[in-house]
Amino acid sequence: MNGIIEALGGIWNIRDAFAEGALVTIQLFVLTMIFAIPAALPVALGSNCKIPPVRWLCKAYIWIFRGTPLMLQLFFFYYFVFPFIFHAPQVSALTIAVITFSLNYGAYLAEIYRGGIESIHKGQYEAAYSLGLGKTTTMFGVIIPQTVKRVLPSVSNEMITLVKDTALVSCISLSDLFRVVTKQVSARSNPLLYVAPAIFYLIFTFLLTLLTRFLEKKFSVTGEKGSEKK
Amino acid sequence: MISAQNIIKTYGNKTKKTQILNNISLTIADRSFTVILGASGSGKSTLLNILSGLERPDSGSIRYADTDITFLSDSQLTEFRKEKIGFVFQQYYLLPNMTAEQNIRMGADLAGNPDYRETIRAVGLENERKKYPDELSGGEQQRVSIARALAKKPDFLFLDEPTGALDEKTGRQILAYIADIHQRCGVTMILVTHNQNIAEMADTVIRMNSGRIETEQKNQTKKTAYEIAW
Ligand SMILES: Nc1ncnc2c1ncn2[C@@H]1O[C@H](COP(=O)(O)OP(=O)(O)OP(=O)(O)O)[C@@H](O)[C@H]1O
Ligand SMILES: [Mg+2]
Repeated sequence: MNGIIEALGGIWNIRDAFAEGALVTIQLFVLTMIFAIPAALPVALGSNCKIPPVRWLCKAYIWIFRGTPLMLQLFFFYYFVFPFIFHAPQVSALTIAVITFSLNYGAYLAEIYRGGIESIHKGQYEAAYSLGLGKTTTMFGVIIPQTVKRVLPSVSNEMITLVKDTALVSCISLSDLFRVVTKQVSARSNPLLYVAPAIFYLIFTFLLTLLTRFLEKKFSVTGEKGSEKK
Repeated sequence: MISAQNIIKTYGNKTKKTQILNNISLTIADRSFTVILGASGSGKSTLLNILSGLERPDSGSIRYADTDITFLSDSQLTEFRKEKIGFVFQQYYLLPNMTAEQNIRMGADLAGNPDYRETIRAVGLENERKKYPDELSGGEQQRVSIARALAKKPDFLFLDEPTGALDEKTGRQILAYIADIHQRCGVTMILVTHNQNIAEMADTVIRMNSGRIETEQKNQTKKTAYEIAW
């Protein structure tokens, strides 16, 4: 028992490394969200576009990034695309991770948005057109605002998955929280140090759950009877 | 006056085409109240959507006074709908994230009509105006949607089964509102229904069958919403 308490006490000794790793994890998470959440919208619209090449391009992108492992994509961008295609070996692992994660999560979010947009009854379009709204105003002023509430739970799921997926970047030697702690675990032969990142991830996802609940409340002042797809 | 000539509309692809509207011609006098009757699937909604410029026919012409709307570009057609027409749907299609008042106001703002409050009063919704659509009964929602259409001060009001989702008492009330509006505003009204009795309220009755006009008849005397059978 004393041994366990002592081992847990070791967490205090790795606080600096922990803070550095946590910062990388948070940066990766926040930047990915900032890029992926808006970028997925044009892809979602594009995958329903009437112009075939635009539609094919968007669908192919979604298919590739959802159809292959994220870890494989990380390796591919880190060891091949950036050094050999872009001739940019100096680009940092964090940048590459943010780009890869944004592309990957953008694909998932695009599919979620597309499903949300398709779930709005076509009568909502007709009603908007009959009022004299154009196609663009209808989409951005009428359809998408109704979609937000419906996609929130799924988007929140993706955010929680992303928190945990950040640990994958240790494979491209980016010093995120998981990698720093792993180093300390082997240097100090103290596996109980993993309790610290576990608590960190739990708190992180818990905060996201609170945020989702807050947003859901905010958007649920409204009913949906007239817009449900029958 | 609306004058439609040889309207043809088909749905489907190259291999399997179904003709929905089969060479329809009709004229609708200004300020008249026309009821279009027909069995389910006879093409009533399709005809109403085409007459109002919500959809385009495959061929044929639709003239409003001296404008043939089939020649208008998409943006001109949007402008036409904004200025000239109002549309009421069986399922209301109000914006769920706006209150009754905001829904009605949207119609008014689009048409540059400063006095949306008058319209709220006209449909007797002063006490309900702060409620969201899902907090309103079906009859109240339909009154909001009528008010939203009327707030645009349209020259032509199209109604597709406006009482189709309502019980008898509420249905009669809505019809009474509609008849009253017709009297007071001098708007041209075209109402689609499969309820034969409603036809007795109209100036002109058009019967449709399998995409064709079967008969067109003028009523010598009109009944009120409370005189017709249900
Ligand atoms: N977008 C569409 N694509 C394919 N077929 C369609 C489409 N819209 C309508 N139809 C078909 O056209 C026919 C006429 O439809 P419409 O909605 O005009 O009938 P309706 O007379 O209004 O019927 P109801 O009284 O049931 O509303 C139906 O057979 C319908 O299946
Ligand atoms: Mg119909």
